[in-house]
Amino acid sequence: MSNILEIRDISRSFHGRTVLQSIHLQVERGELFGLLGPSGSGKTTLIKLMTGMDRSDSGEIHILGEKVPKLSLLKRIGYMAQSDALYNELTARQNLQFFASLYGLSGVRRNERIDAVLRVVDLLDHKDKTVAAYSGGMKRRLSLAISLLHEPELLILDEPTVGIDPVLRQSIWQELLALRDQGTTIILTTHVMDEADKCDRIGLIRDGHLTAVDSPAALKERSGTTTLENAFIVLGGGVLA
Amino acid sequence: MRTRALALRIIRQFLRDKRTLALIFLAPLLILTLLNFIFNGQPITPNIGTVQLPAPIIERLNSTDANVTTYTNQAEAKQALEARDLDAILSLTDGKPDLILEGSDPSMNQAILLRLQKVMQANTPTIQPNITYLHGKEGMSSFDYFGPVLIGFFSFFFVFMIAGVSFLRERTTGTLERLLATPIRRSEVVGGYLLGFGIFTLLQATLITWFAIEVLGMYMVGNFGLVLLINLLLTLTALTLGTLLSSFASSEFQIIQFIPLVIVPQVFFSGLFNLDAMAPWLQKLSYIMPLYYGADAMRGIMIRGESIGDIQLDIYILLGFSIVFALLNIAALKKQRAI
Ligand SMILES: Nc1ncnc2c1ncn2[C@@H]1O[C@H](COP(=O)(O)OP(=O)(O)O)[C@@H](O)[C@H]1O
Ligand SMILES: [Mg+2]
Repeated sequence: MSNILEIRDISRSFHGRTVLQSIHLQVERGELFGLLGPSGSGKTTLIKLMTGMDRSDSGEIHILGEKVPKLSLLKRIGYMAQSDALYNELTARQNLQFFASLYGLSGVRRNERIDAVLRVVDLLDHKDKTVAAYSGGMKRRLSLAISLLHEPELLILDEPTVGIDPVLRQSIWQELLALRDQGTTIILTTHVMDEADKCDRIGLIRDGHLTAVDSPAALKERSGTTTLENAFIVLGGGVLA
Repeated sequence: MRTRALALRIIRQFLRDKRTLALIFLAPLLILTLLNFIFNGQPITPNIGTVQLPAPIIERLNSTDANVTTYTNQAEAKQALEARDLDAILSLTDGKPDLILEGSDPSMNQAILLRLQKVMQANTPTIQPNITYLHGKEGMSSFDYFGPVLIGFFSFFFVFMIAGVSFLRERTTGTLERLLATPIRRSEVVGGYLLGFGIFTLLQATLITWFAIEVLGMYMVGNFGLVLLINLLLTLTALTLGTLLSSFASSEFQIIQFIPLVIVPQVFFSGLFNLDAMAPWLQKLSYIMPLYYGADAMRGIMIRGESIGDIQLDIYILLGFSIVFALLNIAALKKQRAI
């Protein structure tokens, strides 16, 4: 089967409040898939269920044919959390060395990969600075670099471009598209419409419901609108102003 | 390898945090030095009042390093005693020495009794008591007696705090979650912490013990390596307990709240205080305090020169504590990741 991710009837609630309501979703190998939704709609919750950080109340998630959670799966997934989880006392390179070792990289190979990912996120010149001295955008890029270290088959990125300036955002998107062209499957979340436009397919999420899943063009067509923003409103059951 | 990577990361973080390093290594030395001054400090010079004592006795009393004041009647001397101008009154009743102690300060009482003993010995050589010491030596100070417990306590206390806060930060900054999104095992996380911190705690234990013995001159007749071993076991217990309890704290401040709950009771039951007056069932609480076993072993080694055979029970129990806490740690991580 070519589905790299299969979500079946996932629900999750916190303290009696439903945050995700019976989500079904399939993502195919080699896709760049975007989860688009306003903040608080449940994107991060869904992402954490995919990586096995959180447990659903019901339903199942399968990744690469294996049921989540599974330790060996984590080796094949690259993950970037919404909030940067970095060791501020250490330099960028030391952070990368640490995570590279956790993914089983060592020796020359490890150093090669570290340089490669630093180049991708344009931090090569700042690799020996402590992370405490990094700006928000630089931390975001370092987090992305960490997720790329072990060349995973599946990248799960939670709001990867938040706080990154437009020029760099462009170059990161170029890199993501290049990775997809090389066969990496990418699932990311965003609340920026023009980013969602670049995805192969997007899932619209609102108040814990996945209201529509399709390519950006098909979504616009289906809702009879010209922008994704309007499509989002119409397909979410809203009325255009 | 992951365990080693985690340990290396912890060491690197530590080396950047100069203040925490100073806390681990220098604070115990500073406090020990202060306590050394408090317990060892000035030789005590008691103020002794005498009432109608023969001149030779007064002379001998004077030579024992005491401030002697002679009074003509008991009432006058009593007044001075009540006003704390005197620490004791010595008089003769029917040829027998009659001593009234002020009694507030136990170490003062002891000092005076010691002087009286000397004076009386010289007076009646025939009933001179023969004093021998099973352990320790004449003039062994309170510091020598408390010292081994204090060494263990400081190792325990600082490692408990720092390990607790470090692990808490790992959780609250989200790095623990990020860490657990890698293929690291929960046991490797705990193992990495043990290894990374273990190296520092070994250094800390060596420094504290060396300083107490060589610089402060703490009484020590046992094996230095054994002292280190016990110290290391004690800090491993502190490390595993600190990280375990940090899962029940949500801020650094809440870690501090563990001090009265976890640390202070251990001090009471560690042998620093005599528990004979306590209800027997309460005394038994000491059996669940890691510091009790550490202190018992440290004292045994340093004061009584005990060998590894004599303290093996303490070693097993401390190891047991560490293993149980480490396993609970691994289980507690399930809260963060189910596998
Ligand atoms: N651990 C949690 N405990 C309680 N509520 C939570 C928890 N995690 C998320 N939520 C709630 O779930 C909802 C969705 O959050 P989230 O998935 O982070 O949204 P998004 O990532 O789309 O902004 C929010 O209302 C949030 O408050
Ligand atoms: Mg989010």
